[in-house]
Amino acid sequence: MLIKLPKASDCKESDVTPESFYLSRRTLLGSSLAGLAVGALPRWASAEDAMRYEGVEPGKAPAWFTDKLAQTQWQAVTVKGEAITPFKDATHYNNFYEFGTDKGDPAQNAGALKTEPWTVVVDGEVGKPGRYALEDFMKPYQLEERIYRLRCVEAWSMVIPWMGFPISALLKQVEPTSKAKYIRFETLQDPKVMPGQRSGFALIDWPYVEGLRLDEAMNPLAILAVGMYGRELPNQNGAPLRLVVPWKYGFKSVKSIVRISLVEDQPKTTWQSIAADEYGFYANVNPQVDHPRWTQARERRLPSSLFSPNVRDTQMFNGYADEVASLYSGLDLRKNY
Amino acid sequence: MKFLPWRVGVFVAAAIWPLYWLYEAWIFALGPDPGKVLVDRLGLGTLILLLVTLGMTPLHKLTGWPGWIAVRRQIGLWCFAYVVLHLCAYLTFVLGFDWSQLGVELRKRPYIIVGSLGFLCLLALAVTSNRYSQRRLGARWKKLHRLVYVVVGLGLLHMLWIVRADLKEWAVYACIGVGLLALRIPLVKSRIPRLYKKKSASAI
Repeated sequence: MLIKLPKASDCKESDVTPESFYLSRRTLLGSSLAGLAVGALPRWASAEDAMRYEGVEPGKAPAWFTDKLAQTQWQAVTVKGEAITPFKDATHYNNFYEFGTDKGDPAQNAGALKTEPWTVVVDGEVGKPGRYALEDFMKPYQLEERIYRLRCVEAWSMVIPWMGFPISALLKQVEPTSKAKYIRFETLQDPKVMPGQRSGFALIDWPYVEGLRLDEAMNPLAILAVGMYGRELPNQNGAPLRLVVPWKYGFKSVKSIVRISLVEDQPKTTWQSIAADEYGFYANVNPQVDHPRWTQARERRLPSSLFSPNVRDTQMFNGYADEVASLYSGLDLRKNY
Repeated sequence: MKFLPWRVGVFVAAAIWPLYWLYEAWIFALGPDPGKVLVDRLGLGTLILLLVTLGMTPLHKLTGWPGWIAVRRQIGLWCFAYVVLHLCAYLTFVLGFDWSQLGVELRKRPYIIVGSLGFLCLLALAVTSNRYSQRRLGARWKKLHRLVYVVVGLGLLHMLWIVRADLKEWAVYACIGVGLLALRIPLVKSRIPRLYKKKSASAI
């Protein structure tokens, strides 16, 4: 399944990043020459693709992922005139409370997570429920690279090249019944490897749960991601399978998914359960609706440095209004934040 | 000047942290959001220096060593210096010098309002910390400087509204703050033990 989104915001690779800075042409050229030289050897594919972006630590990609790289549709969706966040920052500044509340905790602690083997359960109001090994779950889908802005509810943001497939493709496979109105996602619960789930001070009722309205999930921008920066997801970024919904605040994009359920009623999501006045079910990026404790009108684009703080205006629906605004026509976004 | 090495030592100990953090930011050791890290650290530094300032009088009562009182004003002024840096870092890195947004924050955000009130109190104390003001204000000076107890409350409230998931750290500072304030209650104050002999007693 191939979804092209030829929107005004689309552009070519060369517009994305100041190339001399984040995407060294010479390195790319060099690596593609090296790739040519050993082009006959398929196992080199992963090393080559990891070099699409600078400073990417090569991971240990499972075989199913490496197999999909050759057919990956690169740059399927891009962002205009914005620099891609360096890999190091996108992987060392994370909110993944299962591994600790500090931004550096996930990178430090997530190494213990075993992502192979991995099982995903699909249940609820579907014609074809099932329990899949991840490699079987992934079989029907072709990977697409989607370069998206990521806007955290804490008012910082990044630009990340994800690799995944649209949720709509999954829904086609599992055949939701007429009763299905929402899709609910659940993160792994494993206190043995997740120190945050062992902590007595945590306010969160594990496992982490998120959800979307079915029509939101059907929007072509909503994807399930298995990779980023041309490689498989690092553990701290939600390996091996995570949600990415670029027009919503980052906490909606649930990580390390083990269960996907189609349900009739709006799921009770984690942050909404903790503080409903601060975190709503919709959580659409909206510069006009402030978080009670801070403004959402502006954001800090990371990485920032002391001499270029890089504070910029936040865009309605994180800049994806053309694609998603129609989902919410007639909905009071001030009440349904 | 009495206690010169001690005063200089305190000066260096207080001055070194912002310089070190600036150096860390310079070498990119503070991560991708160094501005936010600086805002948080300077804010916490302000609170710690405030608590240390409040600790000087009880320490003097306890030990009788005048050195504690000798550095009390200096540490108080360091507390003010940190809060000024905290404010500057907030304006630069969080607000990006958007003054109209500052107006909005000052009207709508309780923790910003409380923080600003605390800053104004500290400003009043810093401005009147010199001997000239002490002479001019006379007995009123002491009354005015009791504002510092209010600042502790404002500072702790300001921090409470910012921490999100983890109350542990805040609870530690709150306990210390409440403890130091309790030492000011006359009934408690009179019971601070003296670990030294009074001069008159030793003279005999």
